[in-house]
Amino acid sequence: MSVGTHAIDIRTSPHIKGRVTTDTIMLNVVYALLPVTAFAVFVFGLSAFLLVIVTTGTCVLTEHVLCKLARKPSTVSDYSAVITGLLLALTLPPGFPLWMAIVGSVISIGLGKALFGGLGMNPFNPALVGRAFLQAAFPVAITTWTPAFWPEMQIWSTERFTSIVLPTVSLPFMRPESVASFINGITIDGFSGATPLSRMKFDHETTSIIDLFVGMTAGSTGETSSALIILGGVYLMARRMMNWRIPVAILGSATVVSGIFYALNSEIYPTPLFVLFSGGLMLGAMFMASDMVGSPTTPLGVWIYGILIGSVTVVIRLKGGLPEGTMYAILLGNACTPLIDNLTQPRIFGARKKGERK
Amino acid sequence: MSKAGPSQASIFLNGLWKENPVFVQVLGMCPVLAVTNSVRNAIAMGLSTMFVLVMSSTLVSLVRNIVPKQVRIATYILIISTFVTIVDYVIKAVSIPVYKALGPFIALIVVNCIILGRAEAFASKNSVYRSILDAFGMGIGFSFALLCLGAVREILGAGTFLGVPLFGPYFEPWIIFLLPSGGFFTLGAWLLAFSLWKERRTRKATLAAEHAQELAS
Amino acid sequence: MNAATEQTLPMPKQTSSAYMILVMTAVATLCGLLIVTVYQATAPAIARNQAQIIEESVFEVLPNATRQVAFAVDTAAGAVTVDAEGQSALPKVFAGYDDSGALVGIAIEAGGRGYQDIIRILYSYSPDCGCIDGFKVLDHKETPGLGDKIITDPDFQENFAKLDAKLDPATNRPVNQIVTVKHGTKTEPWQIDAISGATISSKAIGRIMQSSTDEMLPVITAHLDEIRKAGTS
Repeated sequence: MSVGTHAIDIRTSPHIKGRVTTDTIMLNVVYALLPVTAFAVFVFGLSAFLLVIVTTGTCVLTEHVLCKLARKPSTVSDYSAVITGLLLALTLPPGFPLWMAIVGSVISIGLGKALFGGLGMNPFNPALVGRAFLQAAFPVAITTWTPAFWPEMQIWSTERFTSIVLPTVSLPFMRPESVASFINGITIDGFSGATPLSRMKFDHETTSIIDLFVGMTAGSTGETSSALIILGGVYLMARRMMNWRIPVAILGSATVVSGIFYALNSEIYPTPLFVLFSGGLMLGAMFMASDMVGSPTTPLGVWIYGILIGSVTVVIRLKGGLPEGTMYAILLGNACTPLIDNLTQPRIFGARKKGERK
Repeated sequence: MSKAGPSQASIFLNGLWKENPVFVQVLGMCPVLAVTNSVRNAIAMGLSTMFVLVMSSTLVSLVRNIVPKQVRIATYILIISTFVTIVDYVIKAVSIPVYKALGPFIALIVVNCIILGRAEAFASKNSVYRSILDAFGMGIGFSFALLCLGAVREILGAGTFLGVPLFGPYFEPWIIFLLPSGGFFTLGAWLLAFSLWKERRTRKATLAAEHAQELAS
Repeated sequence: MNAATEQTLPMPKQTSSAYMILVMTAVATLCGLLIVTVYQATAPAIARNQAQIIEESVFEVLPNATRQVAFAVDTAAGAVTVDAEGQSALPKVFAGYDDSGALVGIAIEAGGRGYQDIIRILYSYSPDCGCIDGFKVLDHKETPGLGDKIITDPDFQENFAKLDAKLDPATNRPVNQIVTVKHGTKTEPWQIDAISGATISSKAIGRIMQSSTDEMLPVITAHLDEIRKAGTS
């Protein structure tokens, strides 16, 4: 990442150079995200495709421009901006206005990363910083969901690949027409643009677990298909490019905490399976919380971090005012990382604990 | 006070620009962040603070030769809180909506460090005339800063300026600028702009000085 | 500069306590005088302003009323008393009368938890039709652009043109509980159609109204004659 220009480079041992560099890891994360992205485009059509292209493009461009402004070599080639752009697109609703997506991308890279000194220095996941900004800035647009396979609601229809959802193309700085009013003429039975999570929160209606697992529901562009997210995550774990403890701790603690709620009152609380496969929990656990920069470095710390994120997500979902809590839980986890790292430093071999006397 | 003290104009301009309480001294951040979500609130807060600042500076300067050193802070606080209470009554009598919007922050003017700061650092050592001048400079500087924040936040956050719509009915407001987090973003952006501008000026000034030296040698 | 300042400040080597107390007392007296003067000068305007706010709101939800009387409602004891001075700490209702002194409706103040903070509302109850026919949000801190649609959304306001709140004559309890339903699914006159995208705030309004009508309407109905009489006296 940092390029030294010293005449003589003096380093302490070990002098082993691994084959795995930042670039290869990042490139593999991009590979792991591709199936999810492709499926999202398949389900939500042209609008989702444009969203992915726009956020990724803006993120890369912003990174390049900011590097030039800071008179540093451009870091575009390490693929981290591509990942930020992809992740941001996957967390936004499929019909999100493109001009807002551009704002979010600039915030992600500018405020979330470059301001702290670039890759490796950012305390928070850049994509989530951008999304949190958009959530606070445009609360209506970010909770307007296009249903899966809209407009014909059939898997093998092709209209979604040739037409664009109206909000996507709303003029810069202008209000997107709401999806609901746009499709009034078509009348879709019982459609109110609700995600499985908001239906659970406000109406206590569950969605079939199969649909959730495969991804045939409304929701953010890339959060719907748990199956493909797990596939990407397992690929990274198998190549040892992701700390498997983080997703395991998050998903495990989310299961346990929601299991307790479900056991207490199965009428108003959803099943642990629903909690696991709905919303952004799976995507967040696999690709955002496990971001190497914002997560702790010690094995014990990683468990604490994961359990914190998993349980906070469930508590926000079930007890808070919002239907979804993954984003805030991960940002909170990122914020706690320095503290967790500090408290869980392993003891140096042979050294005594503080206060321990012979 | 020696004759060599700063000129009247420079006392006034000091608070307005060179030592702007918000952009340079970064004092009194609580109202700066909390009540600048609209131009109206920003102006009301700026004027209230300026009133308290001018009146208390006057009174502090008047009694500066009588008050013993040991009890001076207690006396200043007494004087400042008196004028804050007066502002509180007056705003309530003039407009309840403004009073509600400013909420507890009127009462909190009393702990605004700018006011006690100027009382201790300036009014207690200078003549009444100079103190009033200084208080006006600081007050206008503070109001100006609040207005800068209020304008950005209202224009982006609501698409209006002083309640007048600017961009037509389809403008999408950036709600975040009405929320506290937007206050931090806006303040950060203004501070950045201010220091960029100052840096550029100092660089120009040093270049000019170097140039002059070269010519002289 | 510092040395110069030191000289100008009077620094008696030993300030006596009596002198300090004297100075503080003098300054405090001056301050006290100032505060009292301003208080006296602004008190009438403040009282007028505050009374005006609630009074104007009452006339807003009861557009046909020309005169109003405040009542304090003691739900525990089941008593209703005239509270013209506004002294009582009990919940208040405002009866509106027209020029002939006939009761137009009763404005009821209520509050409860919203998404961010307490929402305070004022709604009018018409004993003749047994329904709620006016609604105004007095105070709220809902999210701008989302929750504040409870004020700005005309479709939501439409709910309160004639919201059923009939009491069962036998038990003197509301026949149907007021309830907020999902946007676009209102079928009964006692249901509130929620705002799409602002479900939490809509539900809060429904809850506030439901508990308020449940509590206040039986007491008010029981004392309706007294309230009517207050209009002609």
